[in-house]
Amino acid sequence: MHAPQGGLMVAIKATLKRDLTLMLRRRGEVLNPLVFFALVITLFPIGISPDPELLASIAPGLLWVAALLAALLSLDSLFRSDYDDGSLEQLLLAPQPLAALGLAKVAVHWLLTGLPLALMAPLLGIMLSLPAGSYAVLALSLALGTASLSLIGAIGAALTVGLARGGVLLSLLVLPLYIPVLIFGAGAVQAAIFGEGIAAHLAILGALLALALMLAPWAIAASLRISING
Amino acid sequence: MAFSSLNEFFAMGGHAVYVWAAWGVTALLMLVIVWHARQERRQLLNVVKRRARRENAQRNAQPSHAQPLQEPVNSAQKDVHHDA
Amino acid sequence: MWAFINKLRSPKWFYAISAKLQPLFWVAATLLLLVGTVWGLAFAPADYQQGNSFRIIYVHVPAAFLAQSIFVSMAVSGLVFMVWKIKVADMVATVMAPLGAAMTFVALFSGAVWGVPTWGTWWMWDARLTSMLILLFLYLGVIALRGAFSSRDSGSRAASVLAMVGVINIPIIKYSVDWWYTLHQPATFTITGRAAMTMDMWAPLLIMVLGFYSFFIALTLMRTRSEILRREANKRWVRELAEETN
Repeated sequence: MHAPQGGLMVAIKATLKRDLTLMLRRRGEVLNPLVFFALVITLFPIGISPDPELLASIAPGLLWVAALLAALLSLDSLFRSDYDDGSLEQLLLAPQPLAALGLAKVAVHWLLTGLPLALMAPLLGIMLSLPAGSYAVLALSLALGTASLSLIGAIGAALTVGLARGGVLLSLLVLPLYIPVLIFGAGAVQAAIFGEGIAAHLAILGALLALALMLAPWAIAASLRISING
Repeated sequence: MAFSSLNEFFAMGGHAVYVWAAWGVTALLMLVIVWHARQERRQLLNVVKRRARRENAQRNAQPSHAQPLQEPVNSAQKDVHHDA
Repeated sequence: MWAFINKLRSPKWFYAISAKLQPLFWVAATLLLLVGTVWGLAFAPADYQQGNSFRIIYVHVPAAFLAQSIFVSMAVSGLVFMVWKIKVADMVATVMAPLGAAMTFVALFSGAVWGVPTWGTWWMWDARLTSMLILLFLYLGVIALRGAFSSRDSGSRAASVLAMVGVINIPIIKYSVDWWYTLHQPATFTITGRAAMTMDMWAPLLIMVLGFYSFFIALTLMRTRSEILRREANKRWVRELAEETN
């Protein structure tokens, strides 16, 4: 008999703490998506045109797409090191539900990729001459949206963690599922620029997140079991 | 009948290229799919038959050793009889 | 119900019953597709705005319907496979995926061709075409994931999970794409968006849709039988059957 009620919270806290410590030790991995985000945003004015008006009109979409790709880039390592050193198997054997522990890992992933990306986006927005008044919405929509992205992406990461060359496959699996989040996320920023109401967009992003929070942990747990048990 | 002559039918009121391309590609793809499914089935049947023949031959050659594990002995003997 | 599910567990039973059902569906598919083709191409009236290019609807819409239905059937088969461990359900899901991708391609191709006389361009980010394109990527993902595993059972279960995740997302994707489209292209004319079809335009469309569905069922039965031969080649009944069909 394991500790009945407190056991789950203790296990979740332990997972959170362990993953945070591990990730903070590998600062490179935390910084990489941010550098990638800044780099991709630098490429667009060079590839398209430095004209501020043109850039301002496409900035919401560019920022959202680049942030989405940066989040995607970090997914492959979500379960990889735990898979390699066998601690993922320990997680499966734990008496606590795997879905809850998986959710804790995803939370850490969002805290160290999604949230920094959201905080950094306004800075890059300035460089793309994003119109004033939409900066807060950009950060907010990214913070909400990347949480859904982490949850959906974790399903793909869990499905491909056992595969030798899972990286490209992972993007094929995950990107189509990202489209609704992209539509409403970029839509929110666009609406803020045009001075329209943003509440509806953010509400839908929140609804998507709620749905992902309800369903994704089970899919993540099932996928991890498939990847580990061969 | 929406057309008064065969030529008019093939011309599709100037949209011949589009209508016939869409229908042609669809029909062609469906035919290829059916052809592939038939091919697949024939090939798999051949594989199964060849394997059955080979195993029967093996059993005939050395009746006491060459039996696959899941086969009960009496059924193997039935096979020998069936083959002869 | 339970007796039926238990019977489904046996590939042998499925092999026998599908042998009886298969010809029925092939006959239905051939007849419906022939009647629908002749009616749709030659007898249905031309659209007053689009003229004869409107006849592309008779392949575009059935293919689009089928593409979506096959993904749903694939996810349901995946669920049945995961819950009851019925091997036949996974075989059905395996053989459905390429047909679904092919139908998605047909819908995309016919939509693109239709776009030339209607919009004057091969590609428009039209709501239906965009969701079809995303659906194609979803199909490719399921097929690629199944193929990426070295163990067949893992590949099957992974593909089932992905198909279920995909099927939950399809309506969300569809609605968000529709919303996105109306936001950005409010005045553009959608190819099949209008309800101004008369009865003699609808009837051949219905026949074609039924024909496409019969084709799908017939082909799925046929290819599932092949898949049974492939996976159960070591079983005694398969070998006996091979000897019988000489």
